[in-house]
Amino acid sequence: MEMTNFWSWWIIILIVIHVVGYALLLQKTSKLKSEKHKPGETTGHTWDGIEEYNNPLPKWWFYLFVLTIVFTVGYLAYYPGMGNFKGVSGWTSEKAWKEENDAVLAKRAELFSTFIDKPIPVMIKDEKAMAIGERLFANHCSTCHGSDAQGAQGFPNLADDDWLYGGDADTLVASITNGRNGIMPPWGAALGDEGVNQVAAYVRNFSEEGQDEKLVTEGKAKFAMFCAACHGADAKGNHMLGAPNLTDDIWLHSYDSSMLEMVINDGISGQMPAHNELLDANSIKVLAAYIYSLTNE
Amino acid sequence: MKFEQFNDDIVKKFTMATIIWGIIGMLVGVFIAAQLAWPALNFDIPFLTFSRLRPLHTNAVIFAFGGNALIGTSFYVVYRTCKANLFAPKLASFVFWGYQLVIVGAVLTLPFGYTQSREYAELIWPIDVFLTLVWVAYAVVYFGTIVKRQEKHIYVANWFYSAFIITIALLHIVNNLQIPVNWHLSYSVYPGAVDALVQWWYGHNAVGFFLTAGFLGMMYYFIPKQVGKPVYSYRLSIVHFWALISSYMWAGPHHLQYTSLPDWAQSVGMVFSLILLAPSWGGMINGIMTLSGAWHKLRDDPIIKLMIVSLSFYGMSTFEGPMMAIKTVNALSHYTDWTIGHVHSGALGWVALITVGSIYVLIPKLWKKEAMYSTSLINVHFWIATLGIVLYIASMWIAGVMQGLMWRDINADGTVVYSFAESVKATYPYYVARMLGGLLFLGGMFVMAYNIVMTLRSKGDAKPLVGEAA
Repeated sequence: MEMTNFWSWWIIILIVIHVVGYALLLQKTSKLKSEKHKPGETTGHTWDGIEEYNNPLPKWWFYLFVLTIVFTVGYLAYYPGMGNFKGVSGWTSEKAWKEENDAVLAKRAELFSTFIDKPIPVMIKDEKAMAIGERLFANHCSTCHGSDAQGAQGFPNLADDDWLYGGDADTLVASITNGRNGIMPPWGAALGDEGVNQVAAYVRNFSEEGQDEKLVTEGKAKFAMFCAACHGADAKGNHMLGAPNLTDDIWLHSYDSSMLEMVINDGISGQMPAHNELLDANSIKVLAAYIYSLTNE
Repeated sequence: MKFEQFNDDIVKKFTMATIIWGIIGMLVGVFIAAQLAWPALNFDIPFLTFSRLRPLHTNAVIFAFGGNALIGTSFYVVYRTCKANLFAPKLASFVFWGYQLVIVGAVLTLPFGYTQSREYAELIWPIDVFLTLVWVAYAVVYFGTIVKRQEKHIYVANWFYSAFIITIALLHIVNNLQIPVNWHLSYSVYPGAVDALVQWWYGHNAVGFFLTAGFLGMMYYFIPKQVGKPVYSYRLSIVHFWALISSYMWAGPHHLQYTSLPDWAQSVGMVFSLILLAPSWGGMINGIMTLSGAWHKLRDDPIIKLMIVSLSFYGMSTFEGPMMAIKTVNALSHYTDWTIGHVHSGALGWVALITVGSIYVLIPKLWKKEAMYSTSLINVHFWIATLGIVLYIASMWIAGVMQGLMWRDINADGTVVYSFAESVKATYPYYVARMLGGLLFLGGMFVMAYNIVMTLRSKGDAKPLVGEAA
């Protein structure tokens, strides 16, 4: 965006005043003849016992200063700096970025050319593709899902067979491209404290048998009413909704202590960010293939 | 005379505050340096976390340690070189107690998360307003003394102190223009990139006028005084003073290279940073060359050693700064620990060493003692401080360059070779070395504190000198 002419000239004039000012200041002080103060003589003033010589400016220092002034003039002629004047080079940071980025993308396209047209289940046999996929994973995914893809609390394990949205090739590509918003609504108001404890007992019983039978029975009835719509009548989850299977002893948020009760009561949401603006379609395909390879031969 | 007595008393207070806040600020620094190596040291207590204590450290060492040193020595220098008692002594007392109150305010707010989130301007708006009052009072006392001076000319040290006082007022007010929402929360009046530029115009000039111009004022008095020889070149001080204060004003954008700041502003920030090199070195030349013909004093007097080494670090960091402002160098150095190393080469090497050197000169003068209790302890202080600085900055240089190289290492497919966590892991040993460097420097401060206590308890009062107001 261009600034107005006023501000452009404001900047140009201020820069010129300063740079010319330095040159004049240097010229004037270096020419001050030492006649007034002979070497070894002070200026004649004394402050609290302190006096001053008036030695000439050191030559090397003088030329160092001149050099930086000359460099400044050259730089501001070549690069943008003087208000709206673009500099004779026509350089802009945006162009510089684009050139660099285009070079990377061109190189990437060349590297990808030997395998990118293969379908994902075939691509996983290509060692070069998998090496690149692993690096893409380390760059873009490992912060949340871990460098071994085994996830962490709240971040799904991608190296096991349990999928929130499905582990087939197309679904993986869709999950990476557009991201996912997993929302478990809060049920505390509908269930009440007692209801929450009952449902929790029922759900916990799948992973740890021997929960209070009365609670489990009551919980089962309430589960059918409130939870089955998403998690299924058999509690085995629903890939269409990203509702987890609650019967396989694999827990995204852990069922320990009061965590399960808390999730039922308050609800919880998880977000997988969309990567369509961060990665091109080919890179996403290679990345999906790498993740696919973790659970498929 | 009553007022003469007062002059020394107020400087005594500032000197003591300098030492106490210096030790506290550096202690916090060593603690957070240890946290970077061993994060468990935050003990999961919110007000002990790095994010809360880091601003406390920077505010304590810059504004509490550095600020008390600058205000105290500026009073001392101005009344001595103007041959006039301080103007409005009661106001000077207000400056002292008001300034300490601001610091206490920082201690009571920053660790508890009350912050403006502007680097080096974290203090919340009520404290900012009060600090403005204190600063105006400071300016009145200082310039009032200049006005009633008994010397025709104004000594060069006072030029630098004046630039420091005026510019800090300007910076503080412009950067803290905020609209308050409640007693502790406020929002900046500037939008987006303009806000960033205002913040770094402030941030860099805080370095330029607080940590450079102010301490050059200190240097211009205490070095010729301790060396006992005239300043090297009057005309050099003219060129470097005017060039320094005018070019510093432009250099702020070098903190925002390769950001959304417009290209022209980035270029201008870079070239004026390069122009800054010679004016900065002018002060170093004038200080070091004052010693010419008396180099043997470097052998015998550890106070002069402290001062000359401080000027060497000053020269080094004012060379490093312009180099780091060059865009291609900045692309490597920015966001790495190199920046931290650069800052501490200036802060420990220049600011802290010139300050402790000046304190060693001041203490016997103010308390009318013949000399410091132990010259060899000053020597010990000199060596462990210097060793600490070298350890600190060398480890941060290596860590910073390593981080920069790791972050920019790109595979053929465009992915980065190292994840961020890998660069953190690689930095670990340097964090430990840096902590040790800081610990050594802090140790030096304790040696100084002991030496001062012993000096004040000693009986060797100086004999009043004829013709000199002691």
